[in-house]
Amino acid sequence: MTDMTTTYVDLAPSRAEKFRQRVLPMILFALALAVIPLFGPSRSTLTLLNHMGINIVFALSFNMLLGRAGMLSFGHAVYLGLGGYFCVHVMNWIAADTGIWGAVPIFTMPAFGFGAGALAGAVIGWPSCRRAGTPFAMISLGVAELVAAAGFMFDSLFGGEMGISADRMGGPEFLGLSLGPLNEVYWYIAFWTFVGVVGTYAFTRTPLGKLSEATRDNPERVEFVGYNPQRVRYLVFIFAGAFAGMAGGMSAVQDEIFTPENLSLVPSGAILIAAYVGGIRYFTGPIMGAIVMTYMGSNLSDYTAGWLLYLGLMFVGVVMFVPDGIAGVVYGTWDVLRSGRLNEVAAGWAIRLLGLALMAVSTITLVEVAFRWSDGYGEVFEPFGLELAHGSPLTWVVIVLPFVIGALLLRRVARSESEVTS
Amino acid sequence: METVVFAVLNGVIYGLLLFMLSSGLTLIFSMMGVLNFAHASFYMLGAYFAYTLMEGSNFWIALFIAPVLVGLAGMVVERYGLRKVHARGHVAELLFTFGLAYLIDEVVKIFWGRTAVNYKVPELLDFPLFTLYGAQYPAYRIFILLVAILMLVALWYLLRRTRAGLIIQAALTHPHMVGHLGHNVPMIFMMVFGAGCALAGLAGVIGGNYFITDPAMAVQMGPIVFVVVVVGGLGSLEGAFIAAMIIGLLQTSAVSINASLADIFGFLGLAGTSEVGGITIASMAPMLPFLLLVVVLMVRPTGLMGDREV
Repeated sequence: MTDMTTTYVDLAPSRAEKFRQRVLPMILFALALAVIPLFGPSRSTLTLLNHMGINIVFALSFNMLLGRAGMLSFGHAVYLGLGGYFCVHVMNWIAADTGIWGAVPIFTMPAFGFGAGALAGAVIGWPSCRRAGTPFAMISLGVAELVAAAGFMFDSLFGGEMGISADRMGGPEFLGLSLGPLNEVYWYIAFWTFVGVVGTYAFTRTPLGKLSEATRDNPERVEFVGYNPQRVRYLVFIFAGAFAGMAGGMSAVQDEIFTPENLSLVPSGAILIAAYVGGIRYFTGPIMGAIVMTYMGSNLSDYTAGWLLYLGLMFVGVVMFVPDGIAGVVYGTWDVLRSGRLNEVAAGWAIRLLGLALMAVSTITLVEVAFRWSDGYGEVFEPFGLELAHGSPLTWVVIVLPFVIGALLLRRVARSESEVTS
Repeated sequence: METVVFAVLNGVIYGLLLFMLSSGLTLIFSMMGVLNFAHASFYMLGAYFAYTLMEGSNFWIALFIAPVLVGLAGMVVERYGLRKVHARGHVAELLFTFGLAYLIDEVVKIFWGRTAVNYKVPELLDFPLFTLYGAQYPAYRIFILLVAILMLVALWYLLRRTRAGLIIQAALTHPHMVGHLGHNVPMIFMMVFGAGCALAGLAGVIGGNYFITDPAMAVQMGPIVFVVVVVGGLGSLEGAFIAAMIIGLLQTSAVSINASLADIFGFLGLAGTSEVGGITIASMAPMLPFLLLVVVLMVRPTGLMGDREV
């Protein structure tokens, strides 16, 4: 009992590790952003990419609340909307050349959105950040309804149903970008997406960012250590509002219009789904979720009328079975591949994939047949030349059989895995 | 006087409907600690089920069968959905019900279309019951009033005066002890969840043809029901009743006031031509519940009758 340990194991990451884990991914991300235009994307692809950028920043700001601080907000679009509205007004002042506004480049819009979002967060967050959990979620819902209703009431601020539009071509040019053609808007979005990603990541490294995670896990202990959890939540809320407002500024330049719909529960719900499906426990989760959801939102709707239903099914599926989301699956797979345990789990994975595929076949058939039946145009779902009318027995075989087999397979895998672990 | 009487009558009916919805929500909340986001979706299901049942039979059969069907749907959701998510905490549960609301909305659109269905008041009740100040008052509204009061009394009797109610109340606060006494607590939870959903379904059956039955009815009703539950105090049935009445009266009377803000605050120099002054009280009616929510949470975070702080 005499000799105390005097040497400490240095647990801090080495410089090389720091570089590999923190700086390198950012460099790769910047490179990816820079390389994309070399492929000569079409106008619609550019629009899609721009919206992805906006949603990435928006989802990351949302995850500052849900993933990091454990605050579930049903009204996060309020801050994007208010930030965006402010930017639209600023753009109009720039176009009208009032006062000093004539000298402000449109390129700086997200900075204004950042400020407006922070202000909105500071005002609205004060009454709503007292508690976390369900009460906070309910208050955010009420506030969102209130702001959206006010949006339809004050026409001079929000433009009523028509919204307020602006022109992104005004003001002085910045870095030689006139922001007229879409590929120039891409550079603008890419720049601010990068700023948003770096900014939100840097926030997780600050003492406040760390404290927010501590507050999520155990607010009582945070209080013992001498911090005020309410205050931590409030500050995090302001920053989350600010980054959402920044996304609003990006959106104001890309779409050149904001309507009170942008403030409503619909976009708030969409970003919640995107962030959660992506995986809220990982920093990169919301990025993946935003990319996947934006892509699905713009492309899947061309293929099927039921894409919202698929979205809902996917969300419920993730909540029930894959709480770590897409990022969890990606990192889990990567871990297995790297540690060379692939052949141990390969059989289980194969069965699971097969089961999921069978269930997907069944669900897709059911949804598609149902939608065609509901439209009443007499259209028939014909995948791969099969004619699946809603009355034909074949349809029901295709729906029921794969579902039952898939469910049984998944159940078997889940059982055998729980036996291994226990 | 005329306006006041009508506003009070309609307000009470609307308030009772709100209470029918929020009583189920409150029961489920005090039981599982989770606000069921999909609660208003069950209300919508009730209206649509009744509409479909009415095509094959009549309103009276639908009045009994539809809530039972909705209750069964609720039980299935609890047994195979919520119970799985329960272990992962309240946020996961809230998210699950949020996704469920999404799904029910879409499924309703598939089965019954995107536009409103013609869910009518039954002919037997489609007549003016009495004339008040020269205006006729529809009998169906009084019917809603009666059904709601009947349900209120039945619920109170069930919870406070029967053995089953005693066990439910005990299971709400001390689930483990009730379990040790040999009762099947998960089963009780499932039944209560189903009963709460059935109440929402009943509200849908009698409210769907009073208002309008379309796929947006859940989205419109949902947030207001949350406001009722939070303002009343989470987990308090009495509080939910008072809050439902306040909001019912507030909204219906606001709709019938044509005064604008300028008329009220004119003495402060607010002109009727300005934007803020031009807002009428009637146009503010949809905002009032949420305004009330924010005010109550700032002044009294426990809600009106709640014992736990929001």
